[in-house]
Amino acid sequence: MTNWKLIINIAKTHLLTKMKSTVTASLGVTFGIGAYITLVSFMTGLNGMLDDLILNQTPHIHMFNEIEPSVEQPISLYDKFDEGFNVVHSIKPKQSQLKIHNALPILHYLKDQENVRGATPQLRSQIFYLSGSIELGGNLVGVDIMEEVRLSNIQDNIVEGSPEALRNTDNGILLGSGLAKKMSLHVGNRIQVSTVKGTVFPLKIVGIYQSGIAEIDNVQSFANLKTVQRILGEAENYITDINIKLQDLSEAPAMARQLEKQFKIKATDINEANAQFETGSNIRNIITYAVSITLLIVAGFGIYNILNMLIYEKMKDIAILKATGFSGTDVQLIFMSQAMIIGVIGGFIGLIIGFFLSRVIDNIPFETEALPTISTFPVNYNPGYYFIGITFALISTFIAGYLPSNKAKKIDPVRIIRGT
Amino acid sequence: MGTVLETKTINKHFRKPVDFHVLKDISFNVKEGEFASIMGKSGSGKSTLLYILSTMDTDYEGKLFLNEELVTGKPHKELSQIRNRHIGFVFQFHYLLSEFSVLENVMLPAKKLSTKSYQEIEHDAMEKLNMLNIGHLATKRASRVSGGEKQRVAIARALINNPDILMGDEPTGNLDSYNAENVFQIFKRLKEEEGLSLLVVTHDLDFAKRTDRIIEMEDGTIIS
Repeated sequence: MTNWKLIINIAKTHLLTKMKSTVTASLGVTFGIGAYITLVSFMTGLNGMLDDLILNQTPHIHMFNEIEPSVEQPISLYDKFDEGFNVVHSIKPKQSQLKIHNALPILHYLKDQENVRGATPQLRSQIFYLSGSIELGGNLVGVDIMEEVRLSNIQDNIVEGSPEALRNTDNGILLGSGLAKKMSLHVGNRIQVSTVKGTVFPLKIVGIYQSGIAEIDNVQSFANLKTVQRILGEAENYITDINIKLQDLSEAPAMARQLEKQFKIKATDINEANAQFETGSNIRNIITYAVSITLLIVAGFGIYNILNMLIYEKMKDIAILKATGFSGTDVQLIFMSQAMIIGVIGGFIGLIIGFFLSRVIDNIPFETEALPTISTFPVNYNPGYYFIGITFALISTFIAGYLPSNKAKKIDPVRIIRGT
Repeated sequence: MGTVLETKTINKHFRKPVDFHVLKDISFNVKEGEFASIMGKSGSGKSTLLYILSTMDTDYEGKLFLNEELVTGKPHKELSQIRNRHIGFVFQFHYLLSEFSVLENVMLPAKKLSTKSYQEIEHDAMEKLNMLNIGHLATKRASRVSGGEKQRVAIARALINNPDILMGDEPTGNLDSYNAENVFQIFKRLKEEEGLSLLVVTHDLDFAKRTDRIIEMEDGTIIS
């Protein structure tokens, strides 16, 4: 039978009389866990922000007509040349339209699907922005603005003006922030756009759009779908892209393949579009964990050293405890409890310090052109990380305490007592 | 009268650095209420024998009986309990836990045994300390009392669980003659008043002469 009260009491007395070593050992754990919590909260916060930045701008499925050469050339359809070795030079893309064929029925079909949260039509067109004598190439995207607001985070990126203003202004435009800067234009000003064919069309700036990605902000603007169709002189069914948001992101790849077959159209899902981005996130996570685990291992070695020293100092005490009837297991438990007390106290203080440092980071101003919606550093307060932190503190102190305490268990009291 | 402690043909070898036959066919017993002393020159094996009798050393051949029950070959955990319950031990050096108070040192083996409540243990411990005239030291740190007092604290600790036998490894070896006499008187009183069995290893001939029986050892055998 183990007398826990007695064992804890002895362990406590040892720790209190050796306050210096106790504090040093606890601080090792505290810094390890504190640094882990701070690092992991900050890194995952940052990762989450970057995920939002990229992923929320990407639809789950993007449907469009891709310009590509025919897979089968006419010669291969003609069976008389089957035997021969056919060489076709200078293959050109197949003659086809940029618009999605039967776009409106497809949209209707998609909106009726249960697992589709929404589908928005887009019309991407190449245009020139004219302001006085300046002429800049770029894109004008025709959108159903209120649907976009519902399904994506476009509203966060409208830094001046509002989506409602665009909806209410027939010839309005949400100008890319880079463009606005280059041409010194503000909300309320007018800008002329010219199509590739040369038609010039005046638009009123109702808002400024800033995605945070300079390459986009320098070329892209938004206008109402109908306005763009009118500028291009196309009919109301002229739609080049359909963006789909699903209820469940994980269905995207399968659904994309199905849509490709069903409508003979190119459909890319979110995973294809962001493959390299995922890799980046994963590597950042690996680095975070590698650094954190290193910190905790260093803390573990600190505890190991201090307990080892303590056991050497307490050789005689161990011998006398054994002589008066404490078993090896009792002695081991005494030193294990010391390690665990250090682990628990150090770990919890570490969590508090980690939380405190996260709060500090959370309040540091972080304003950058690239991220209009962010004003301080992002921090992730996931309680899961606090749980992992304290678990790791306990496991590492357990291992660090087990090895020296096992030595204490095996000390032969006769040798110690006779040795003097 | 029953026997408290009995050995049958105990042999022990030190295997390092070279094989050395320390104890040769040791057979003897200690009766209930007997005050026996073991004498002999350095290296005669008397301390080695005592550590075997105390059950701390288990590396020997032969049989050891405590209260007519065989203890040889029992697992370590059980031996710890036997030491805790039945054997009190006093060393040449006091071996107190220096971070604890005198009272806590005395209470420790009883807390380990845990057959009594905390209050009872505390009461018993104070009783033992008072009996040895050191009741006033109870709350002092063990490292803050004098050598003679420390030895008396160690005796109180050895007695706290009312053991069947008290063993001493030169308990007076490190004390001046005044304190040595004091310890002897305590032992004698324990034998006479409580009927405690005592087995003490000593170099001190005067001490040994006043015990009931002297067991003399030479070169690992009992010669008288």
